[in-house]
Amino acid sequence: MSFEEKSTWIYAVIAVTLPVAYFATVLGQLPHTAAADIEFQVPLVAAIVAAIVLTIVAHIGIAIAAPDDAGKRDQRDKDINRYGEYVGGIVLGAAVVVPLILALAEADAFWIASTIYLAFVLSAVSGSVVKIVAYRRGL
Amino acid sequence: MLRFTHGEMTQAELGDQIGVTRQTIIAIEQGRYSPSLEMAFQIARVFNVGLDAVFGYPDTPDGSP
Repeated sequence: MSFEEKSTWIYAVIAVTLPVAYFATVLGQLPHTAAADIEFQVPLVAAIVAAIVLTIVAHIGIAIAAPDDAGKRDQRDKDINRYGEYVGGIVLGAAVVVPLILALAEADAFWIASTIYLAFVLSAVSGSVVKIVAYRRGL
Repeated sequence: MLRFTHGEMTQAELGDQIGVTRQTIIAIEQGRYSPSLEMAFQIARVFNVGLDAVFGYPDTPDGSP
């Protein structure tokens, strides 16, 4: 597995696990708390910061484990990355319509922020899946 | 395979010569990746053969290109 493919797997796993933790935390409050009263800010920022930190740490880890491969990125890696980013961008563009509608409807900030976050999560996951399939089965 | 007729060159060695990873060479050999024209010429130059000796394109069932 190339360094870039390992990087993609890291990104995909973190893109799934941390948002699940966030949504489990905040959505679990809904049965007994109004959306406007849910304290989502700290969990949301924590999830984003944790994702960034974990991604950096994991990349340092795979670089240490295979120093000869660290940072190597060839034309195939660039082609797959470009394709994955293209698909992720389309998903993001489609998904962000939801928070836009919520904003127009003057929904609670909790719903708007959470659906924006979800849009980015879906973009990251879809882009990563496309890249992994491209690495495994070809473009 | 050309690598084996040129000093049993490994995939990593071929990758190093043209500036790609071993995994890319594997993907090319398995048909999971079509290299760029530049990369194709570089591979052919490593083996000192023409492009046709390295790469082929399957004809359609009716025999047309």
